[in-house]
Amino acid sequence: MIFQPAIIALLLASALCVLALVASAPFALDVIRRWDIKSGSERQLQMERRTYLFSTLLTFVLALQLAAVLLFVFNAEKMSGMFVGAMCAVGTLNVNAFGFPALNAKIAVFFLAAMWLAINHVDSRARDYPLVRIKYALLLLLAPLLVASGWVELQYFLGLKADVITSCCGSLFSEGSPTLAAEASALPPRPAMWLFYGSLGAAIAVAAWHGYRGGKGSASAYALAIASAIGFATTIAGILSFVSLYIYEHPNHHCPFCILKPEYGYQGYWLYVPLFAATAAGLAAGAVQPFARIDSLRAIVPGFSRNLAAIAANGYALTAVIATAMIWQSRLILLEH
Amino acid sequence: MKLWLAKQRYLIDFTLASLARRKTRNLGLLLVYTLLVFMLASVTLYTHALRQEAARVLAASPEVIVQRMVAGRHDLIPPGYMEKIGRIRGVQKMEGRLWGYYYDAVTKANYTFMVPAGNPPAAGEIVVGPALERSRGLAKDNGISFRSYSGKLHTFIVADVLPQASELVSADLVLMSEQNFRAFFDYPVGHYTDIALSVANPQEVRNVAVKLGAALPDARPILRDEVLRTYASIYDWREGIVLALLSAAILAFGILAWEKASGLSAEEKREIGILKAIGWETGDVIKMKFWEGLLISLTAFLAGFVAAYVHVFHFAASLFEPVLKGWAVLYPRFQLTPHIDGLQVATLFFFTVVPYAAAVLVPIWKAAITDPDSVMRS
Repeated sequence: MIFQPAIIALLLASALCVLALVASAPFALDVIRRWDIKSGSERQLQMERRTYLFSTLLTFVLALQLAAVLLFVFNAEKMSGMFVGAMCAVGTLNVNAFGFPALNAKIAVFFLAAMWLAINHVDSRARDYPLVRIKYALLLLLAPLLVASGWVELQYFLGLKADVITSCCGSLFSEGSPTLAAEASALPPRPAMWLFYGSLGAAIAVAAWHGYRGGKGSASAYALAIASAIGFATTIAGILSFVSLYIYEHPNHHCPFCILKPEYGYQGYWLYVPLFAATAAGLAAGAVQPFARIDSLRAIVPGFSRNLAAIAANGYALTAVIATAMIWQSRLILLEH
Repeated sequence: MKLWLAKQRYLIDFTLASLARRKTRNLGLLLVYTLLVFMLASVTLYTHALRQEAARVLAASPEVIVQRMVAGRHDLIPPGYMEKIGRIRGVQKMEGRLWGYYYDAVTKANYTFMVPAGNPPAAGEIVVGPALERSRGLAKDNGISFRSYSGKLHTFIVADVLPQASELVSADLVLMSEQNFRAFFDYPVGHYTDIALSVANPQEVRNVAVKLGAALPDARPILRDEVLRTYASIYDWREGIVLALLSAAILAFGILAWEKASGLSAEEKREIGILKAIGWETGDVIKMKFWEGLLISLTAFLAGFVAAYVHVFHFAASLFEPVLKGWAVLYPRFQLTPHIDGLQVATLFFFTVVPYAAAVLVPIWKAAITDPDSVMRS
């Protein structure tokens, strides 16, 4: 089923990304080996000029990855009509064993890319490029992941056979099946709510604390990154466990993808976009923190970190407010007063 | 944040002014870009509209159709067959249908003869579809004769012509009474062409099909969902093939964009040199070029998409129609319902803007690293 327009577009994007990263790998090695900011040699000058090309190229690649995550889910949602038993993205992703790994790899690449971009941003603002070696070393680590993600995606699309009967959200997120997602769905609503609001509140508080300190505290930055990671996981668990129930007004429908459908007014995007943005910002604040002590970055990192904290705090607050509004509007009564 | 916004605004201002200074050069690129978006958008909009149309037409068809198979071929439903199916829970209604194809040597086309389920025409009268009305020049109360497969000539009076609105399904249709139908085709008494089942609950359809298969091993249940899915994949596949063919055009466009972006005129080079001499950094020049690319992309995308919309929904996609629609002697004329889908727009964006951005990246960088002194000296 490779001749689907959206699939061709996704594969095109993946191919471009892999190509760009492969092209930049020799340069990255060169930088790691020969970079010397104090030297005025021809080669150093050329290398400095080339960093502009490669950081632009990588910004493009990573921005493309971000857009690709959205298109991937959007496409999975739309293609559900073509598979027997599929009613939403879950069914499409379940057609073969590569569907969910492909999505997870894409999300992982998204967050790692955001962290790399944050490091790149602070580095390019400093006069002496203090992180250039670290940056390109990290890039070499990111490259195999991106290639792997592209490969899994290709396997998934090549393995899409319309005659496979797939199982949809009803069975995957039902409380009896032995998966992690089912465990999260089976979480009773009351503790899940505590966990959801507790972790979101903690993430907002930590972000506010970090911002209040002007983005200077190293403990608060790491705490923000950890709180963001936990906040992301528990928010997804909370959506599985009770937010989805309120949206569908159905006590047993736990699907995190059906809320993206037009029948539910694309409400899911309102929930996921701030959540992903906030988590990316929180993780990025942690990623730039180790370099805050470098002389040329001393004036740059705190300000940037403070902005990231503001994005994280606002994003999580927005997620919490939107989820609460959805619950408020729902006619489902899950908890008796 | 305010500072950043203001900076971007000034950059955009500057970029617009600089684009306006080289009108002809940029207009050429813009035109080609718009044309590319127009072609790709026409294909996606048209196939999507066809898919929607197919879904709309099939929405009123029965959930399950049962055909009897003999030696792997479609055969008539014999008397007593429906009784064998018996009562299946979930099936609201079960009825035998009578229809068949008739080849008319005059128009060299196939008609579909059918007995409607509710209020059939009186004996000796027929109701015809709009395409038939056009091709045979029929009107209400005209008479028309068909030579049946047994060689006998049958004459009918046209009682009515079906409305244009239903043309997609009724173009080649001829409705007649059961008695006329059986006489015309020498159809054996008590036999039917196939059986239509209505199932109220969509989740029960598959179970009904399984039960049918168990009760009647020689039956072939055809589900509406499967028909819909087949249509959707056929149109997707056609769209994909056309897009894959057009990928050569995307590549050519990429090369053009690369050429345009790398062939900087002396004036442009001097401009960048002066900018750098007065304090712009390489990053700023890249940003300016980024805005330039974005402005051109968005303008071309919007213009191309609007043009494609007009082409598809007001001029019936005359350029791509033969490839995408398929072909028939009595092809229905129909007006597509305008519909824009988010996924299509996103996909289109990936197909056009991403290759453009990838193609101009290196030339932009090359322009941005120009040394001010080398430009001014030359």
